[in-house]
Amino acid sequence: MAKRIDVSGLSAFYGNHKAIDDISMTVEPRSVTAFIGPSGCGKSTFLRTLNRMHEVTPGGRVEGKVMLDDENLYGANVDPVAVRRTVGMVFQRPNPFPTMSIFDNVAAGLRLNGTVKKKSELNDVVERSLKGANLWNEVKDRLNKPGSGLSGGQQQRLCIARAIAVEPQVLLMDEPCSALDPISTLAIEDLIGELKERFTIVIVTHNMQQAARVSDRTAFFNLAAVGQPGKLIEIDDTERIFSNPSVQATEDYISGRFG
Amino acid sequence: MAFTPTQTDTAPPVSASKGSTGRAGDKIFSGLSKGSGILLLVIMASIAAFLTYRASIALSKNEGNFLTTFDWNASANPPVFGIAVLLFGTVVSSIIAMAIAVPIAVGIALFISHYAPRKLAAPLAYVVDLLAAVPSIVYGIWGALFLVPQLNGLNLWLDEYLGWTYVFDKTQVGVARSLFTVGVLLAIMILPIVTSVSREVFLQVPRMNEEAALALGATRWEVIRTAVLPFGRSGVISASMLGLGRALGETMAVATVLSPSFLISLHVLDPGGGTFAQNIAAKFDEANEFGRDALIASGLVLFLLTLLVNGAARLIIARRKEYSGANA
Amino acid sequence: MSHAIQERPVGSRAASSSGLTRGGLPRWAPAGIAALSVALGVGTGLVADLHSKVQWGLIAALLFVAVTYGASAVVENRRQAKDRVATSMVWVCFVLAVIPLLSLIWTTISRGLKVLDAYFLSHSMKGVAGFEPGGGVYHALLGTIEQVLLATLIAAPIGLLTAVYLVEYGRGPLAKAVTFFVDVMTGIPSIVAGLFILTTWNLMLGFGPSGFAGSMALAILMMPVVVRSTEEMLKLVPNELREASLALGVPKWRTILKVVLPTAIGGISTGVMLAVARIAGETAPIMLLVFGSQLINDNPFEGAQSSLPLYIWEQYKVGSADSYDRAWAAALVLIAFVMILNLVARGIARWKAPKTGR
Repeated sequence: MAKRIDVSGLSAFYGNHKAIDDISMTVEPRSVTAFIGPSGCGKSTFLRTLNRMHEVTPGGRVEGKVMLDDENLYGANVDPVAVRRTVGMVFQRPNPFPTMSIFDNVAAGLRLNGTVKKKSELNDVVERSLKGANLWNEVKDRLNKPGSGLSGGQQQRLCIARAIAVEPQVLLMDEPCSALDPISTLAIEDLIGELKERFTIVIVTHNMQQAARVSDRTAFFNLAAVGQPGKLIEIDDTERIFSNPSVQATEDYISGRFG
Repeated sequence: MAFTPTQTDTAPPVSASKGSTGRAGDKIFSGLSKGSGILLLVIMASIAAFLTYRASIALSKNEGNFLTTFDWNASANPPVFGIAVLLFGTVVSSIIAMAIAVPIAVGIALFISHYAPRKLAAPLAYVVDLLAAVPSIVYGIWGALFLVPQLNGLNLWLDEYLGWTYVFDKTQVGVARSLFTVGVLLAIMILPIVTSVSREVFLQVPRMNEEAALALGATRWEVIRTAVLPFGRSGVISASMLGLGRALGETMAVATVLSPSFLISLHVLDPGGGTFAQNIAAKFDEANEFGRDALIASGLVLFLLTLLVNGAARLIIARRKEYSGANA
Repeated sequence: MSHAIQERPVGSRAASSSGLTRGGLPRWAPAGIAALSVALGVGTGLVADLHSKVQWGLIAALLFVAVTYGASAVVENRRQAKDRVATSMVWVCFVLAVIPLLSLIWTTISRGLKVLDAYFLSHSMKGVAGFEPGGGVYHALLGTIEQVLLATLIAAPIGLLTAVYLVEYGRGPLAKAVTFFVDVMTGIPSIVAGLFILTTWNLMLGFGPSGFAGSMALAILMMPVVVRSTEEMLKLVPNELREASLALGVPKWRTILKVVLPTAIGGISTGVMLAVARIAGETAPIMLLVFGSQLINDNPFEGAQSSLPLYIWEQYKVGSADSYDRAWAAALVLIAFVMILNLVARGIARWKAPKTGR
């Protein structure tokens, strides 16, 4: 039951500085949407507004609406904690909890939520999540070893397993492959293809080939000048964006003329 | 201008001579700095050696048992003294201090690092650091003249509601010049240092670990429990050891507050008992030369005790360094 | 299958059908509960006639935590309640700690100002009996300044050079040993340092009590602090600077003197000042080695002196109202002395900070 995201008129601020301006878009359920654009254009900031992580940054503030199906994430009485449980996130650099074992890392979210009480049930979910992240075969013999002992690519898949263990509706990925080698990147990209059967996926990437490979739809962000807020230039089917974009700036960026 | 060629001609010898003074200077300078390091080692070694030497003089003439005698008549003839009461008092008051100070210090450290409004956090950290510099004698007179009367009520409560634990049974009437009060005062004294070290550790928790917990739908407390406390645990332990070291060796605050006696009693609310440092301060004035040697012997035990605590703290810190190194 | 999770209201009793919203306590709830608890604490204290304010405070603190948990558990959910309890406990810890520390400062200032005036600062205790009013702190202030100055003159160069050795030259077992023992030395109780100088300087070499003897003990306490802070500062100096200088053919010792030390000088002087502030308040070694005096003795190398901490201790021991007044006033002078050193040290740190390129 992945959900549709419907953003309208969204702006985000750091203190008095406006980072992104008046963004509206729709993200279809069970699809992969990629955000591309030059550094500093606000695509990561925008991603973080989709699970209310932006307001965790000191001075972070958001205006506008983000509808998850028929519910506004920024409505009154909405609990940000519940939002983040529904909208999972994978970060740029793999960040397993350094003091926890592989098993505990995956179980962390479940334990926090207190949803899974029985040990056997917990084992099942951990196994299912690790399989879902294509990591099970590599770690099944060392579940009690620290997660920090894995390679970078394995750590990132561990973080994906941790995120999907709590069964979110949406999975946000903030440049999940930028710290990984090509082979690990390929593994993650394959995984994204499988995960979109179950989740709505939004991925920020610097790598245009990656966007072309994994996404169904692509959104291009840009900023008018340094210090100006970032804007959504256009969003369309990935194929169309990469073959025949409707805006000149998109074509310039994709063909490598800037950025 | 005409001299330029001459200068270039003489350039190599000049630089060579500069090089040689450089080498001599290097030798002198590195020798000096190495010498300072060695001097520090010599000081440490001689502290141990001289204290041991004087202590051995005292111990050879002691008519009592140094470890078990409940008395301190080192200036008498024959001298009788033992450290049992002092060891007990030092350890008990320090344990009380740790039991009170460490949880509260962790609380304040979390307050400054994760809870306080940002405008409040920086000045607070500053004030805590300043308070760490308040001299112990000031804590001492404040404790004796202000804290002791304030604690009478609390003592009565503890006696009334927790008296059944034996430890909090108050068997003597009188003001609260007890090991418990000493513990409370020591706790207040070591709060700033434990807080400030713990705060540093909590601030070092990688931001991305906290964000990972948040993104899983953790409340603020759950973020602290999953990401902050496990990361900061060894740091808090070494901060506590640092505080413990201070509490063990504290002289003036104990000397002003405690009404000493040579008794061992687990009733911590009763006045009485003593600590190493307090005993040295109290007995020093009236001690003859042999009495001083006896006090030096007790000082040696205190020295060894603090060495032990500090060594343990260093080991913990070293292990933590390896640990975080493995993660980097 | 995510639907299944959703139907189980994830620990949130008040979860709506969609699971994102919850009933919440209003924003003013913590402040309101705090005010209520304090009122109840004071009320109980007054009604039950509890004399000690400590008891009032403890009642209020317990109420605050309990009511917060109760309210949140009813209106919100258990997880939220736990979170709120943690928050309220952290606040309570903060208040619990701030009260005694503020009280310490307040007591010292209010009682100290009673007799603190120009006369107090410019006169000694000559001819004043302990239980009489009058007298002053001049001799003690003088003694403290001289002893601390001497201690700094001994400890600062040794500490500085040791730190240079550890950072710039130190390799192998000797450096490791020095590092370890510097750490251990940090933990030496001040009275043990006093006993050490007593055994060597006074008992073995036969010197009498003097300010200088006290200075040596203070220097022992100061050295490791100077080494530690200087070491940290030298490590902050980027290696590129050293290499740039060495590549110009400057010998290593001149590189250290002309490039490394000047770059770190702000932090180093801050560290030294903080160490000075630390030892200025030491009482125990002074008591053993400087002995105390009621008269002005401006020669730290000959005869007993006084010092501020020792003066406070002596006046406290006399135990009369007038001597207590003097003790508080001297405590205020001592705190002011230490705080000024601290503020100057931090001022230097702030002033020099941008130059070290942080």
